Amino acid sequence: MDLPDDDHLTCEGLDLSAPPAPTERLLLIACGALAREILDLIARNGWSHMDLTCLPAILHNHPDRIPEAVEQAVLKHRPTHPHIFVVYADCGTGGRLRATCDRLGVAMVEGPHCYSFFEGNARFAATSEDEFTAFYLTDFLVRQFDAFVWEPLGLDRHPQLRDTYFGHYTKLVYQAQTDDPALTTKAQDCAARLGLAFERRFTGYGDLETALTDA
Amino acid sequence: MSDDQDDIILADLDDEELVQQMFDDLYDGLKEEIEESVNILLARGWQPYEILTEALVAGMTIVGKDFRDGILFVPEVLLAANAMKGGMAILKPLLVETGAPKQGKMVIGTVKGDIHDIGKNLVGMMMEGAGFEVIDLGINNAVDSYLDALEAEKPDILGMSALLTTTMPYMKVVIDTLIEKGMRDDYIVLVGGAPLNEEFGRAIGADAYCRDAAVAVETAKTYVARKHNQAAMRA
Repeated sequence: MDLPDDDHLTCEGLDLSAPPAPTERLLLIACGALAREILDLIARNGWSHMDLTCLPAILHNHPDRIPEAVEQAVLKHRPTHPHIFVVYADCGTGGRLRATCDRLGVAMVEGPHCYSFFEGNARFAATSEDEFTAFYLTDFLVRQFDAFVWEPLGLDRHPQLRDTYFGHYTKLVYQAQTDDPALTTKAQDCAARLGLAFERRFTGYGDLETALTDA
Repeated sequence: MSDDQDDIILADLDDEELVQQMFDDLYDGLKEEIEESVNILLARGWQPYEILTEALVAGMTIVGKDFRDGILFVPEVLLAANAMKGGMAILKPLLVETGAPKQGKMVIGTVKGDIHDIGKNLVGMMMEGAGFEVIDLGINNAVDSYLDALEAEKPDILGMSALLTTTMPYMKVVIDTLIEKGMRDDYIVLVGGAPLNEEFGRAIGADAYCRDAAVAVETAKTYVARKHNQAAMRA
């Protein structure tokens, strides 16, 4: 199966969920920014009972829209997939996604956001008091830095705003899911563009794998 | 908004045209033009408070409405705010001298563990524009920081801001501390930030959740007026 490119995952998402009839298979409704990682985990672990549909990753920049988008996806797919797991953490919804999932009777990933579950929720929480001046990027967000950070913040048009946004940050932490020297170089460039110190931290898939194992 | 900026000589415009042009220049985030226009109006004998309310605040209100309606986005609002700040910097000392009307006093800060201050800064600026004295505590404020400022400044309003789901619960820590110390009813507590909503504001015991800077100003005015009315009834 060919995974669509990142631009497609950003704007359109991904739907690999269309069985002809109701199925007992587990449907993962996920953020498009996690598509590669989830498909890799499915392949590595032989989770052949899972289907995947992804919402547009750019919802990451509009957390207020995530609960409704997830709800629509659950309602759309429930007739064919009674078993659904939502592969989002809170993701800036202020508890609203959790409330939506509870109301719909579907489970979701624990934690505040993907930065936390990639690093491991317990570890992330333990270090949060010392690291709240860190700006995090994942593999996907490094690849899509312009679409998710640079352009939406208007830095392509108004570079003078950089310190208004990032003046209180001290470093960019690249949470690497994979070992990819080219991505590390790109992440370093992202840090330089934001005027931040750079740190690479290999996380692998962290709690994402555990969450999918238990789903 | 205006494409023919280079052709306009601000000093040649009459007052009404100049104020309209200031609305455009605020919308377009043109700080130098705003500063020049403020100085022109001052030279023409306008009172600082008139310039503040009729040109700057009125212009930012248009920006705020278009932001709320999804016509303008954060970068444009920040540029507009920066332009307004330029005008405010000229007017502020003059407002002190000329004794502009005071609506009340606010202590505002982003909560502990949170470094995001764009929304807070916009609220602070619009509150100042509306005639409130604003004491800005900056970012990453623990309970003691808020308490010390409340003791020292005796404001009408405490404002707290948070951008993160992980930091917004700290607002309740602050409010609970105020309750424990018997101070809660001394202040109007307003909260705001992207992940918050009205339900959260109620749940933590705030007086109100304010979804944006314009709402914060209107809410603050309403609550301060109510507080003054209650004080007058007790007197």
